Amino acid sequence: MSAPPTPAETAGTIVVESPLRRFWSQFAESRVALAGLALLLAVLFIALFAPWLSPQNPYDLGSLDLLDSRLAPGEQGISGTTYLLGTDGQGRDMLSAIFYGLRVSLYVGVASGVLALAIGCIAGVLAAYLGGRFEQVVMRIVDIQLGFPAILVALVLLAVLGTGVDKIIIALVTVQWAYYARTARSAALVERNKEYIEAARALGLSGARIVLRHLLPNALPPLIVVGTVQVAHAIALEATLSFLGLGLPATEPSLGLLIATGYEYLMSGKYWISVYPGVALLLTILSINLVGDQLRDVLNPRLAR
Amino acid sequence: MSVFVLRRLAQTLLVLFITSVLVFGGLFLVGDPVEILVNPTADQIEKDRARVALGLDKPVLEQYLIFLQGTFSGDLGNSFVYARPALEVIFERMPATLELAVLAMLIAIVLGIPLGLYAGLRPHGWGARTIMAGSILGFSLPTFWVGLMLILVFAVTLGWLPSTGRGPTQEFLGLQLSILSWDGLKYALLPATNLALLKLSLITRLTRAQVREQSLLDYIKFARAKGLSRSRVIGVHLLKNILIPLVTVIGLELGSVIAYAIVTETIFAWPGMGKLVIDSIFQLDRPVVVAYLMVVVFMFIVINLIVDILYSVLDPRVRLSEVKG
Repeated sequence: MSAPPTPAETAGTIVVESPLRRFWSQFAESRVALAGLALLLAVLFIALFAPWLSPQNPYDLGSLDLLDSRLAPGEQGISGTTYLLGTDGQGRDMLSAIFYGLRVSLYVGVASGVLALAIGCIAGVLAAYLGGRFEQVVMRIVDIQLGFPAILVALVLLAVLGTGVDKIIIALVTVQWAYYARTARSAALVERNKEYIEAARALGLSGARIVLRHLLPNALPPLIVVGTVQVAHAIALEATLSFLGLGLPATEPSLGLLIATGYEYLMSGKYWISVYPGVALLLTILSINLVGDQLRDVLNPRLAR
Repeated sequence: MSVFVLRRLAQTLLVLFITSVLVFGGLFLVGDPVEILVNPTADQIEKDRARVALGLDKPVLEQYLIFLQGTFSGDLGNSFVYARPALEVIFERMPATLELAVLAMLIAIVLGIPLGLYAGLRPHGWGARTIMAGSILGFSLPTFWVGLMLILVFAVTLGWLPSTGRGPTQEFLGLQLSILSWDGLKYALLPATNLALLKLSLITRLTRAQVREQSLLDYIKFARAKGLSRSRVIGVHLLKNILIPLVTVIGLELGSVIAYAIVTETIFAWPGMGKLVIDSIFQLDRPVVVAYLMVVVFMFIVINLIVDILYSVLDPRVRLSEVKG
């Protein structure tokens, strides 16, 4: 995207900016991206502090009252509490359930993203650095795996592994590492031939130091872009798998599972059990995608200003 | 070219083999299908009899070898649940999934390419911005939730379209298809729209990016300088060149649509093979799950192969021998 010139450019003055500040000012050019960032921070805040923000602990079955089940949004329960977003079939406050569900969804998304990033990075950079047989084998596995839709690979893995937070993280890491590996390899291949690496070599630095301190930081921008997209994907995928009944156990419902439980009430017009967790899921994924979209433009060297 | 196809074929066999081992072994470890299949009041003797009848009393390695032997003669075993050849059960459901996938892809292409062209040609206008914002939304909407919302709005609230099941079918070229009559199409509209949404966003964005990249190139300037009409420059010169990457992506996405049909079919109770495999996973109907994967993996690999060949036909610069198979 061609961006309007920054004020510094138009004024014709040379302003010395730190890379971080320049990055921020470029990022802040898009109001939509800023709104996305604000939304993302809000989502993260809610997820982190869910136990303190929620009116009710949705996992504590003792605090639930079956007489309060399936109340419409805004209705008052038997004990006098008002349920802003209504209640589900077990009398659980939907707002609290969504806050806690957000926590589970984000945890699974971020944890699998970080693990996949680490594994993919190591595999990709090593493939670029070592070359030869190792590179061939790794990239062939990556190619084959990326030839199949993520949902299919994850579905098969979960059918075999069963349900559970650890299981779904394993499945999501398996699905995602290949994207990071491919990106890390191509970034490392580009950087490898640059002069600063040659200079580092000429200085006699060790291979590990060159890779970790010099190559990796410079290969980071494309990985960050892929990372944001992948975390959004992972959250959506986890929700989908949980909806199908293949992801998380029902004891700690993620957003996908909440939507799934609302499915049976949908036909009778009790929309809120499915709709509101879906809105929360949508806003989460949307905020990550908005931030990721702008990051891609800011970090893309081809669109350098 | 033939070397390329042969190498692909060898790779296909390897992938199929690995998939079968993983799924076969994995599902064996998950649990005993007999416990799910027999009457809950059945005693041990009846259970044992069922186990012997299904061949589940043999060690897993032997079971796998029997499966492998059958595979070479085109027999992937009998379904535990339906007591019929697993392949037969799958092929019976396949037309339903394929018509859904093709309809979804058509919706995505017919709407996506014009939207992308428009957004790419006037990138700073309001229309383009709206389209791009819409496409980000389309990317972010979880497919299964959109499916529920479509049901809520168009079936429950407005009552315009049926929400579940498949309409009456007609025989066409030996396939039972439902989308040829309005009565049947009615049932397919919501699930196909649901399935199309993600691909629509993708195709729109890709077309736009291609248009923006290509319209800066010299051949477009040259065509303009020759005095060709705008519609000819866009419709012939530009479109031809943006089609090359589009064909690749559309081909590859067809596979992903078939996979995502699992979700859509589950929501809309569409009797395709995606719904079949989900049910089979829960019923531990191993032959059907394994056969489904064999069929789908094979389909993907054929699609990928066709895309690669098509790519080299469309773009004379690409020679298949250079493409890493």
